[in-house]
Amino acid sequence: MIETKLNIETIRKDFPILSRKVNGYPLVYLDNAATSQTPKQVIDVIVDYYSRYNANIHRGIHSLSQEATDAFENSRSTIQKHLNAKYPHEVIFTSGTTHSINIVANGFSSILKKGDEILVSAMEHHSNIVPWQMLCERTGAILKVIPMNHQGELLLSSFEVLLSSRTKLVVCNHVSNALGTINPIKQIIDLSHQFGAAILIDGAQAAPHLTVDIQELEADFYTLSGHKICGPTGIGVLYGKEAWLNKLPPYQGGGEMISEVTFEKTTYADLPHKFEAGTPNIAGGIALGAAIDYINGFGLHYIAAYEHELLSYATKKLSAIEGLEIYGQASEKTSVISFNIKGIHPYDIGSILDKLGIAVRTGHHCAQPIMDYYNISGTIRASFCFYNTLDEVDRLVEGVLKAKSMLS
Amino acid sequence: MQIKDIQEEIIEEFSMFEDWMQRYEYMIELGKSLPLIEEQYKTDDNIIKGCQSKVWVHAELEADKLVFTADSDAIITKGIIAILIRVFSHQKPADIIKADTNFIDEIGLKEHLSPTRANGLVSMIKQLKLYAIAYQTQLN
Repeated sequence: MIETKLNIETIRKDFPILSRKVNGYPLVYLDNAATSQTPKQVIDVIVDYYSRYNANIHRGIHSLSQEATDAFENSRSTIQKHLNAKYPHEVIFTSGTTHSINIVANGFSSILKKGDEILVSAMEHHSNIVPWQMLCERTGAILKVIPMNHQGELLLSSFEVLLSSRTKLVVCNHVSNALGTINPIKQIIDLSHQFGAAILIDGAQAAPHLTVDIQELEADFYTLSGHKICGPTGIGVLYGKEAWLNKLPPYQGGGEMISEVTFEKTTYADLPHKFEAGTPNIAGGIALGAAIDYINGFGLHYIAAYEHELLSYATKKLSAIEGLEIYGQASEKTSVISFNIKGIHPYDIGSILDKLGIAVRTGHHCAQPIMDYYNISGTIRASFCFYNTLDEVDRLVEGVLKAKSMLS
Repeated sequence: MQIKDIQEEIIEEFSMFEDWMQRYEYMIELGKSLPLIEEQYKTDDNIIKGCQSKVWVHAELEADKLVFTADSDAIITKGIIAILIRVFSHQKPADIIKADTNFIDEIGLKEHLSPTRANGLVSMIKQLKLYAIAYQTQLN
């Protein structure tokens, strides 16, 4: 038993999907770093929106439009407060972290010059690598990599050496999706600012587990994805400091993002609408606010403490399996365990776990440079959420042992 | 034996399994028994795209028949390849090209494979048929 303020059995009842069977077994869902499950409180909000007040927002004269606009903008305020951002208009709704990063990368096309440098950490998801490579191709800027050690921790001393007056942008995740490492982002942000560089933090993996105080962190940009924080897919957030968002050009043109349009000239709308061209994902935006309310109902610190217990228990149990190696043993970690068993391909183990009703991720986790660092093709990744239990960890361990005996 | 007869034989073998565990154990055994491809053929050119694990296939003509050798870094994938090779290797290219592949569904291979593997399976069959088409052109 874990000592926790959370009533896990009651919480599990909020998630309809957790009661289903997969391949004849009760589902053990351990792929939360890819997508978390959705509680009925959030599903109900989506159903309620489409059942009662589905309408286009921001420009309608009728009541439904006003109700939808209010709900959407309330959600923006919820997210602002959750992140402790200074203004609601610093919260841009996007389709997810990938979209958020691309808005910034596109915006910097008009700022960067040939020879400028972008520093990217060695443990990024492809979505926080490729947009910057594309930006470098467009501008002639140079991408440099902040290295990591075998534990999966960034080398801050190397980072300091890489920083210079040429550094215009630093991009780094708050938490690594493949390893679970919690990066010392406050230090990284402060160092970047000392050199006058802007900094973007990919918070997709941190938002479901850690409290984020944007004003204290002073990040210039921070991104998150709704579907990793018990919200729906297709909705996410780009936080940007007001001054930066005013400086960056819009990403897409269209309705909603304009102030005045003539064939001679268009003036853009104020924040946040400048970056929200077209009809947004209204239901998703409202539901994301509901998801954040749901999480905050428990308190992220209680969630983090419980997940840490799950991580410790699972790490101990899995480590006891002969031939099992865990990748990423940073001193600060979220509840993610990436591992392999010597001589066995991760896909083989993942397939057998699936037959036992246990959902994990296998492969390179969209972070091929990390796999190259460890000289492996991929790993099995179990990622835990606050609705997971010790019994489920035991099921995972039994499953891995079963797979190992079948495949050896 | 003709392709169709081999397929019937495999369908019969698989019908004896009671659950997925036995099927997987059988495929793992097949994977372990697969004669390996020669190292020189494990090149990037011979990798089948669309498979999540690495799969190498090499084909060459012996008289008028096509012989496949293959390997993978994942054992269940090797089991699948072993089944495909049993069906398609040592057959005439023309027969491979026109061969029906419904036996895959009948032995429940597809439903018991994760989506990524099922896609890989389609890629594998496509690749074997492409080899057959290439060698058929050579024979003509």
